[in-house]
Amino acid sequence: MFFIKNSGERMSTKPGAERNLKQQSLREADAPHSLVVRFDAADALHLDSGGRLTPLTLAYQTYGVLNAQKSNAVLICHALTGDQHVANANPITGKAGWWENMAGPGRPIDTNIYFVICSNVIGGCMGSTGPASSNPATGKSFGLDLPVLTIRDMVRAQARLIDYLGIERLFCVAGGSMGGMQVLQWAATYPERVYCALPIATAPKHSSQNIAFHEVGRQSIMADPDWRGGRYLDEDVAPSKGLAVARMAAHITYLSDEALQRKFGRNMQSGAERSFSFDAEFQVENYLRYQGASFVDRFDANSYLYVTRACDYFDLAGEYGGSLAAAFAGTKTRFCVVSFSTDWLYPTSASRAIVHALNAAGASVSFVEIESDKGHDAFLLDEPDFMGTTRGFLEAAARSSGIISNPTTQSTKS
Amino acid sequence: MTEHLAARDSARVDFLTVAEMVEPGARVLDVGCGNGALLALLAEKRGCDARGIELSQRGVNEAVSRGLSVVQGDADKDLASYPDGAFDYVILSQTLQATHRPKDVLADMLRIGKRAIVSFPNFAHWRIRSQILFKGRMPVTENLSYSWFDTPNIHFCTIADFVALARIMDAKIENAVALDRFGQRIMVNAPWALWNLFGDQAIFCLSKSRD
Repeated sequence: MFFIKNSGERMSTKPGAERNLKQQSLREADAPHSLVVRFDAADALHLDSGGRLTPLTLAYQTYGVLNAQKSNAVLICHALTGDQHVANANPITGKAGWWENMAGPGRPIDTNIYFVICSNVIGGCMGSTGPASSNPATGKSFGLDLPVLTIRDMVRAQARLIDYLGIERLFCVAGGSMGGMQVLQWAATYPERVYCALPIATAPKHSSQNIAFHEVGRQSIMADPDWRGGRYLDEDVAPSKGLAVARMAAHITYLSDEALQRKFGRNMQSGAERSFSFDAEFQVENYLRYQGASFVDRFDANSYLYVTRACDYFDLAGEYGGSLAAAFAGTKTRFCVVSFSTDWLYPTSASRAIVHALNAAGASVSFVEIESDKGHDAFLLDEPDFMGTTRGFLEAAARSSGIISNPTTQSTKS
Repeated sequence: MTEHLAARDSARVDFLTVAEMVEPGARVLDVGCGNGALLALLAEKRGCDARGIELSQRGVNEAVSRGLSVVQGDADKDLASYPDGAFDYVILSQTLQATHRPKDVLADMLRIGKRAIVSFPNFAHWRIRSQILFKGRMPVTENLSYSWFDTPNIHFCTIADFVALARIMDAKIENAVALDRFGQRIMVNAPWALWNLFGDQAIFCLSKSRD
């Protein structure tokens, strides 16, 4: 029915050999440095589009130990261009895991207490089935033959993995941005399987502006002549220029005006003199070009089309007759919703809409807006208030669910 | 008894008085819950399913960090999202005077909860009266330490005013306690006028009139 392959050892990566990085990242799509589970045709995933996804492959990482009751599992859902390497060095870039300040020994999602799971989303390019994966029917990459996916499809695929791991109920599902959308989807689709939920810097639906920015990204990829109608891998080329521009545009949305101003202002690359050219003269230009160029080494352009489209289609209320509260009706899940004050991509008002719906559903909910000038990216950074809130919320939930024992009830006050 | 508890737990007398008005195990919403001290007391001592709303980020962060279910929000705006009868008690502790529309907030509380518990400083306490009478200045006391120009307290009322408001709103006074400035309860049978003169603060439990 399915099998598992353990290839968890890490590749030592020497940054600098850029062509090498690109090839490595292409290899990750079919032979990832992760645990892998494959579901064959009998276990095909039925998609919101009406299509089927088969074979379904999921690449994932785990940290910590699953307890005997299987009650301490935390599923982390990654963001748009994230991956399963939450708390280990990234096999392509060699950089630290993307959420090492949140998850790890002694961190708020403490791997000494919890068994942490993170899988690459379907549609991604780090080993789970995506457009860069080989299609067994043709021997070539899926490309645009892969059906268009939704956030709910991603979550249903994750549920397969959780079934496979023999876990009935997740202690927590946590994630930011697109990861937060998956958290909301989990809580709505599998309420009895989620004890507590941490949707961070996210929204219950994609706004018109969100869709507009994604469309700019997709158009810049598809306008690159090397995109070749999505078949670029067959021809050993890549729409790197288009993908880099997509990343540059998106990157602006991850930062606040204040953060950019503080970091770069109007500073020039060299001195104060204008060169009257179109080189990367301002530091902010140079920064964005670097962000774009380094992104294309690790990410597949078609994957970018799929994951952005999945976000655009996300409208949780739409699945429940237009009522977000109905998505959470009768839920027993405890929620902690977090937003950041200068996040204009998924602003506090979007989190507040989630909170109002949860209130209307009578759910147990905490909500914090963290004061930060770092924009949407703040959820990836070591913001002390954010870390403290998360730790407190999880500890209280862990105590009430019995994962950690209650401290002595005697008052410690003198 | 109350003083004894207060001394041992260093909890405020008004919190203990509120806690005594709440049935054990009840579902409680504390509006303007600060850092969650009352919520923690209700959860620990009364086994309540206690949740809160708080305006200040600092208060919310502190409360959530200690494991309480608290939402950052505004009593004037965010009560609307709660369904009718969602809670057994909705508490407004020392916050009524800081709301923009106290009557609307109280109406929402009576809609959301089977009972509404309101504690507030009494602006007709004799020391406040005498400050206005003799100094001719807006009163500043230990409990009300703000100057008029920077106070968040924009809607002060007296015990007599509150009783009148309950009457206007057709709410039934289930229970009421007045505390003097030493935290001692004023005789239950004393007339409102005496409470109004010697009550430093009051705690009322209201319900919707059934008829």
